[in-house]
Amino acid sequence: MSFIAEILSYPFAVRALVVGILVCVCASVLGVNLVLKRFSMLGDGLSHVAFGSAAVALAVGAAPLQVAIPVVVAAAFLLLRISENGKVKGDAAIAMVSSSALAIGVIVATMTTGMNTDINNYMFGSILAMSKQDVYISATVAIMVLVMYLLFYNKIFVCTFDEKFATATGVKVKLYNSLIAVLTAVTVVIGMRMMGALLISSIITFPALSAMRVCKCYSRVIIMSMVVATISFVSGIMLSFGFDMPAGAAVVVVNLVVFLVFSAASRLKKQ
Amino acid sequence: MSELITAKKLSVSFEGRSVFKNLNFSVTDGDYLCILGENGSGKTTLMNCILGTGVKYSGSIECNGFSRKNIGWLPQRSETKSDFPASVNEVVMSGFSAKSFFGLTYSASQRRMGESNIHMLDLCSLKNRSFKELSGGQQQRVLLCRALCAAERVLLLDEPVNGLDTVSQNEMYSLIRKLNDSGITIIMISHDVDRAVCEAKHILHIGEGDNFYGSVDDYLKTSFYNKIKEGEV
Repeated sequence: MSFIAEILSYPFAVRALVVGILVCVCASVLGVNLVLKRFSMLGDGLSHVAFGSAAVALAVGAAPLQVAIPVVVAAAFLLLRISENGKVKGDAAIAMVSSSALAIGVIVATMTTGMNTDINNYMFGSILAMSKQDVYISATVAIMVLVMYLLFYNKIFVCTFDEKFATATGVKVKLYNSLIAVLTAVTVVIGMRMMGALLISSIITFPALSAMRVCKCYSRVIIMSMVVATISFVSGIMLSFGFDMPAGAAVVVVNLVVFLVFSAASRLKKQ
Repeated sequence: MSELITAKKLSVSFEGRSVFKNLNFSVTDGDYLCILGENGSGKTTLMNCILGTGVKYSGSIECNGFSRKNIGWLPQRSETKSDFPASVNEVVMSGFSAKSFFGLTYSASQRRMGESNIHMLDLCSLKNRSFKELSGGQQQRVLLCRALCAAERVLLLDEPVNGLDTVSQNEMYSLIRKLNDSGITIIMISHDVDRAVCEAKHILHIGEGDNFYGSVDDYLKTSFYNKIKEGEV
């Protein structure tokens, strides 16, 4: 246990923990809606776009997060529009956009700066190497996402549960779908900084899926999802300190273990 | 009796093909209107016209004294929500969600109204159960309750008993009657002619060339009704 005290004695580690928890909570809450709307891959797709834009920003010497946020928000709108119009199905559209963005990012990176540590950090995350400025941006964005989500909680519920009914009673479904997409987009960008573009989608989907194994009502799923996300994140970081593992990957593995335990628990309960 | 909804010369065509032509009907306060017609005759299209959800039509639909958004709608049954984690209470209360802009919770008066609607539809014992674990008939009752929360005076029910067993069908019909008796106006789409003429006060029959709108007694004398009866014999 002494190493926990040791971790908490480093200010950078405490900052990382706080921001990490905030971002994980955002991602897990949005994840519930994305999973239920059959849109889980949106997070994954957007993370590749985020990586592509961060790589381009690094190449031209701009600040990666500030460039990535508007680009990814635009990509989220684009994906939503494409899947609404139905010419290309949602999942195919995501696959197309995400691999193209990743490819462009990799080409730009290798041709300019090379695949250096910065690029690597955006690929696999580097929560402990976040600058103070990144930490502040991430924390502010995360708090804004949570506030927006809570403000529109009832509308988001009805749009997720039954879009047609929501439309008929006068809820602006398109607006709230866009809201979810925008909130997801900004969460993905700040999540990419700490978890990495390749791992971010796991903190969106895993806590929601785990919570749905054991909870049967929406509000409890949301709360359980937040709890799972927080516990998995903190344990993942501890593991990464204790055993010198990459932090992002450790968080994903803890999430996987929690999911398996919850699945087993719900199986046992049914029998 | 004041008229709540008046439709005049309502026509819809889709890609050059006419769905229905020249529908004239009105719904008075406390009415029970049944919309009949064969599959593909445009019952659902008409419902979308009444709800105002993006169907282009010619003619007019007027709502007197209330907004179209305040029609409580019970959609046709679908299996798509079979894995959605939501309690009965959450689903019922979501009927109110259009009525306030912000909200993590609902207002005290909305909670009271929700409570009394839950009571009216005998859902008290199911209130905290998970929606997805209920039987088809119970789920329909929950969605009827949600429609009631969204409604001001009018309920629009799209084939509410479709896919239910006989017991649940009877239960549903008697609940709808109970709501109508308490003063709520009912518009129901159905393809069960026998049941419709027992339950409803007025009938709107959408036929291929011709339509009928009038009281149940008059409907029983029309060729629409007689043709259906002949077909059964």
